Amino acid sequence: MKGLSKLIITEFKRFTREFEGLFFTLVFPVILLLIFGSIYGNKPSDYFNGFGFIDVSVPAYLGMIIAIGGLMSIPISVASDREKGILHRLRATPLRPQTIMLAWIIFYFLITLAGSLILVATGKIFYGLRFQGNVFNIFLGFTLCTTSFLTLGFMLASIVRSGRTANVIGMSLFFPMLFFSGAMIPSQSLSTVIKNIGKFIPLTYVVNLMQGLWFGNAWSAHRFDITVLIAMSIVMGSIAVKIFKWE
Amino acid sequence: MPNVIEVNNLQKSYGKLKAVDGISFDVKRGEIFGIVGPNGAGKTTTIECIEGLRNFDKGEISVLNLNPIKDCINFRNRVGMQLQESSLPARLKVWEIIDLYASFYDKSLNQKDLLKKFGLVEKKNDYFSKLSGGQKQRLFIILALLNDPDVIFLDEITTGLDPQARRAMWKMMIEIKNSGKTILLTTHFMEEAEYLCDRVAIIDNGHIIALATPENLVKNLNGCVQISFLIKEDFEIKILESLNGIINIKIIDNKVVIHGNGKNILLDVVNLLSESKIDFTNLNMKQPNLEDVFLELTGHEMRD
Repeated sequence: MKGLSKLIITEFKRFTREFEGLFFTLVFPVILLLIFGSIYGNKPSDYFNGFGFIDVSVPAYLGMIIAIGGLMSIPISVASDREKGILHRLRATPLRPQTIMLAWIIFYFLITLAGSLILVATGKIFYGLRFQGNVFNIFLGFTLCTTSFLTLGFMLASIVRSGRTANVIGMSLFFPMLFFSGAMIPSQSLSTVIKNIGKFIPLTYVVNLMQGLWFGNAWSAHRFDITVLIAMSIVMGSIAVKIFKWE
Repeated sequence: MPNVIEVNNLQKSYGKLKAVDGISFDVKRGEIFGIVGPNGAGKTTTIECIEGLRNFDKGEISVLNLNPIKDCINFRNRVGMQLQESSLPARLKVWEIIDLYASFYDKSLNQKDLLKKFGLVEKKNDYFSKLSGGQKQRLFIILALLNDPDVIFLDEITTGLDPQARRAMWKMMIEIKNSGKTILLTTHFMEEAEYLCDRVAIIDNGHIIALATPENLVKNLNGCVQISFLIKEDFEIKILESLNGIINIKIIDNKVVIHGNGKNILLDVVNLLSESKIDFTNLNMKQPNLEDVFLELTGHEMRD
């Protein structure tokens, strides 16, 4: 695993020096939360089983941050690195493909985690965010959800040819997923039709699991979500490894 | 001298196009070997197959007795590459790039020395995107030399550089060679090949059409030179045809172009012209070069 730590540090430097990634992962979800928070507040309501709007939204927005990584950040940056020949140059060294893959996974996991912590902190500070789950379980669930979307990201990154295509595909998957999964609008407010469509959208299972664990549900209540997410990770992960291209 | 690179009957097609069609050559330790030819001749495909970056259809390649694809990691630890179509992250600083690349190798040279040697010390805190074309190429050379490799591959290293930067690059190449490294390079500048290479393989349409030292390739043209001058009045070509060694004479408007060989041909021409009281200006004599070799062998110009 020669070069692993340097690669991760390098990705962090590039990330902090480029506006788009920084904005979408760290700032955009917080802005959304503040806008909706200022409209709806966080008063407990029967509609949300005694919780407030922010309490329900924060775990759902975690799903949004996870989806940004998998659907946008990874495909766009990997595809444009490939398109520009940055990966071609890396390949001319003894660097192993597994090493760079692992570096990317660790890096994107860490920034997704950072974005999530900032979001949670914002909810706590401004709206007295309520949490009824177990921190360890939430972290474990978060890791599973992130892994499944990271593998999806690498699969997309291997399919698309250019950064621009990655952008278009990422956006056209991201926004519908956001609305149909309940990541943006609490699922309580979604119609049955939309909920049924949501069953075919991977992000729905992320939102279900994160919200469930947030409010203290047992793992056993989410067997189906977990199965879908693990299956996604395995299937897409193996496809990604198989079809990964340096150029 | 032992062979460092051996290529035997290399073949590679893209669909119906045979990009490389049975190329064989050896590179000896310590030499600069050039693959020259026009754009699209198959140079990059050839060098990238040898670098293990491209799969090929047929043939054998061995570099330092290693198979570039099967012994990939060991191979890449012992060679350095500069690639034609490659880039580095725009928002990384020069020192960060070098530091990152150094971490991939078993051993690496002192980074400060390399920066100093290639004149990038003052640029070490600049982003890659802020570097000029020549500075970028020098950084790519540093990356190619970082692991103190035995063999260095350079693909069109001076393309896009201004003449001054190109000259500076050539000097660096000679220095690298003098430090005992073997260099395999591609170029479409015949002048570059003549200046740098110990031996060149001229390729066209995926074939090697000539392989020798630049001097020998030119010598095989029978020492043919080209003499040209401008005249003010018409004159009888016949009087020149009587000279020894004349191959052909052409008159284009008021310009006379003579091809011929022999040691004294220029003197003979000048003497004859003054004896016959023919007024002439702009006398030029051109030695043949690799461009002429290419023209002679293929019947078409390098740059079409």
